[in-house]
Amino acid sequence: MPRQQRLCSGWLIGRWVSKSRSTSDQISFAFLKSWSIVKPVTAPRFIFLILVSFSTVISAWGDTLDEIRTRGVLLWGGDAEGGAPYTFPDPQNPNRLIGFEVEIAEELASRLGVQQKMVQTPWSTLPQALLRGDFDIILNGLEVTPERQQRVLFTRPYYQFQEALMIRKESQDIDGLEDLVGRRVGTLSGALAQQILEQFPGIDTVLYDDNVSPYRDLALGRLDGVLMDFPIAHYYGEKVPGLKYAGETYGEGQYAIAVRPDDHRLLDTLNALLMEMEGDGSLSRILRRWGLEGDSDVQFQGETSSVLTYLPLLGQAALMTIFLSVVSMLLAVALGLLLCLGRVYGPRPISLLFLAYIELFRGTPLLLQLLVIYFGLPSLGLAFPAWLAGIVGLTLNYAAYEAEIFRGALSSVPGGQMEAALALGLSRRMSIRHVILPQALRVSIPASTNDFIALFKDSSLCSVIGVVELTKQFNILAISTWRVMELGLLTGLLYLMMSYPLSVAARRWERRLARGRRY
Amino acid sequence: MIKVENLSKAFGPVQVLQKVTFRVKPGETIVLLGPSGSGKSTLLRCLNGLESFDSGKIRVADLELEPASFHQKGRDALLRSLRVRVGMVFQSFNLFPHLDVLSNITLAPIRVLGESSQRAEEKALALLERVNLRGKERAYPESLSGGEQQRVAIARALAMNPEVMLFDEPTSALDPELVGEVLSVISDLAEEGYTLLIVTHQMHFARRTANRVLFLDSGRILEEAVPAEFFSRPATQRARDFLKDLINAGGSHPDSSEIARA
Repeated sequence: MPRQQRLCSGWLIGRWVSKSRSTSDQISFAFLKSWSIVKPVTAPRFIFLILVSFSTVISAWGDTLDEIRTRGVLLWGGDAEGGAPYTFPDPQNPNRLIGFEVEIAEELASRLGVQQKMVQTPWSTLPQALLRGDFDIILNGLEVTPERQQRVLFTRPYYQFQEALMIRKESQDIDGLEDLVGRRVGTLSGALAQQILEQFPGIDTVLYDDNVSPYRDLALGRLDGVLMDFPIAHYYGEKVPGLKYAGETYGEGQYAIAVRPDDHRLLDTLNALLMEMEGDGSLSRILRRWGLEGDSDVQFQGETSSVLTYLPLLGQAALMTIFLSVVSMLLAVALGLLLCLGRVYGPRPISLLFLAYIELFRGTPLLLQLLVIYFGLPSLGLAFPAWLAGIVGLTLNYAAYEAEIFRGALSSVPGGQMEAALALGLSRRMSIRHVILPQALRVSIPASTNDFIALFKDSSLCSVIGVVELTKQFNILAISTWRVMELGLLTGLLYLMMSYPLSVAARRWERRLARGRRY
Repeated sequence: MIKVENLSKAFGPVQVLQKVTFRVKPGETIVLLGPSGSGKSTLLRCLNGLESFDSGKIRVADLELEPASFHQKGRDALLRSLRVRVGMVFQSFNLFPHLDVLSNITLAPIRVLGESSQRAEEKALALLERVNLRGKERAYPESLSGGEQQRVAIARALAMNPEVMLFDEPTSALDPELVGEVLSVISDLAEEGYTLLIVTHQMHFARRTANRVLFLDSGRILEEAVPAEFFSRPATQRARDFLKDLINAGGSHPDSSEIARA
C-alpha cells in the first residue's frame, strides 16, 4: 500500500540534510586532518593542505587496523547535529565534543593505544562516507538493520534501546500507534522507527532530519505523535513542555559500530574491546552517566552564559564560507568566460556543446549537482574531499550563470566596435581580447557581483555533502543548545557582514553604468 | 591603386551592387555620391573586406580579392594585410571607449605592426598634432565632442600607414558646426597625396576636393565625372533628381542656381 510521506523541512534556516566534519578543536577545518593528519591548521598551512589533499583524493585503503596504529588516530564518523546524548558540542565549551559515543570512542582509542578524532559527516550519508574511506568506523547511533548489514560490517551492539512514542498531554484517546492511524506521526528519516511506522498502514508518516523539529511540531499541533529512539525522546522530547509518553515502547533497536566489509581484523579487534568494556563495567558506567541505563537520571543541562561563546566557532565556519565562495566565484568567472566565448564565437559544435552545458547546469538544482559530484563521481573513481566537491559543484553551476551574464554583456557592445577593430587589421581574437572583452567585462560587473552574493548564500548547500560552513555550524550549535533565536541572529549578522559590502559595491557600479560612464 | 571589376553583391533578393567597375589612381580623391541604399557604403566595406561579395574582383595595391577569398584557407591573413593597407573611418567614429585617445591610436600599430610602444606613441602624438588635437592624448572618447572623436578616428586609421583611406559618411553624425573641422582634415590629406574614397553628402566639399565623382544608384555606377561637370551638367535624370532632392532637403549645393535651371 502506498504510503504518504513527506520530507519536512525543519525549523532551522537552510536545513537540508546535512553533513560536515567537526571536532573538539579546529572545528570547521578539521576535515582536512582526515586527509593529512593532525596539528593545528593555520592559514598558510591551510592552503598547503588543500594542495596536499588533491594528491590524497584517491587513496586505496590497505588494512585499516594497521593504518589506525600507524596514524596514531582512530577516525570515527559521526554527526554533531545528531545532538545529545550521542555526539554534540559541549554548550559550556562548544569547541569540545561530548556525548556517550565520544566517551566510547575515547575508551576504545585508549585501549588501542591511539588518539581519537570525530569526522563530521551528515548522519544520513555516514555509510557512503565510510565506504568512500573518509574515516575508519561509524560510531553514531547507527542501528543494525538487514539493509545496512549488506553494505557494512557491524560489531556487537554497544547499546540496546526501544522506540518511544510521545504525544501531547491533552491527547486522552491515544495509547499506542494503532490509535494514530489516519493521523500524522513524525520520526527520523532512515531510522528504525520509520520501518516500524510502515507496519501501520494509514499512519501519515512525516520524516525529519533532526531531533528537535518533530517534538516542536508535536507541541504546536502539527503532528499527533512522534516515534523516536528512547535516548532522543529522553533528551529532547522530555524537555518540551506539554508532551508525555504514550503507552508501550516499540521495536528493539541496537546501536553498533560499523566498519568496511573487508575490515575483518578491525571488526574482531573492536568486538574484543567492546566485550572487555562490558566485562569490566566501563561501558555500563558510560551509559549510566548519560542516563541511558538504570535509574540514574542525570539530566544534561543545555544552558551557558553568553551566546558570544559560540562566536569563534561561527567565525571559523564563516571563514570556510568565504573560502568556498571566493574560490568558487573566481573559478566560475574564468570558466564562465570560456563558456561564453565558445558559445558566442566558437564553431557550431562547440557553441552547441556549451549551450547544452549552460542549460544543463542552470536547469537542474545545485543541491542535486552537489550530491551527484560527491556521492556519484566516486563510482567513476573520482572521490573529491567534501570541500573540493563543494567548490567543483558551485563552480560548475555558477559558471553557467556567469556565461550568460557575459553573453549579455558582449551583446551590449556595439557591433561597430568589432568592425573598427577588424578594419585596423586586428585579428578576430585580438579584437575580442583588446576591444570587446574589456568593455563587456565592465558591463558585467554589477550582475556578476549580485551573483557573487547569491553564491555566498548558496555555499550553505555544501553542508549536505559535509562541509562545516556557517549554516551547518549554526545547525549543529542550535540543535545542541536550543538557542535558535540568538544563534540565528548571530549567524545572520555574519552573513550580512559578508554580503553587504558586496551589494554596496554592486550598487555603486550600477549607478556608474546608469550615468553612462562605462569606463 | 584600386581596381574594381564587375563587382556584384546581393543581400537576399536585393541586388546591392551590380557589376561595379572603376579604377582609382594613387593620390586620387574619389567621392561616392548617391541616394541612401544605393550601395555606396557596401562598396566601401567590400574594399577592405568587411563585406564579402558574390562575383567580380577587387585589386588593392598588390592584393587581389575574389568571392572565394572569403572562404579559403589563409583568408584571415589576406584580409588582415588588406586592412592594414586600407584605413577606414566610420560614420559613428567607433572609438574604443575603454581606452584613452593615445591608446586608441597606438593599439593597432603595437599589436598588428609590432611597433614598440614608445615609437607608436611618438607617432600618435605627431598624428594628433596633425588633426589639431595635441593635448587630448589622455582624454577618453566620451569627454570629446563628435568632431574631436572623428578626428581621433582619422588619426587612428593613419597610424597604420595605410595606402588608401576610406571614409564612410564621416560627418553625417556630427552637429553642423563640427563638420568643418573634420572636412578640413580630410582636405589636408587629399592635398598631401593620400588616396581617398569618400562617401559624403557634403557637396561643397566634394566639388572642392574630389578629383572624380562616382554617382551610384541601385547598385550601379550611373555617372563618373569630374565634379565640375557632374554638379553643373549631370548626365542622367537620376542624378538630377538626387541633386534636386538634396537642395530641397536644405543641403548645400555649389551650383544650385544652375541645377534649378537645368
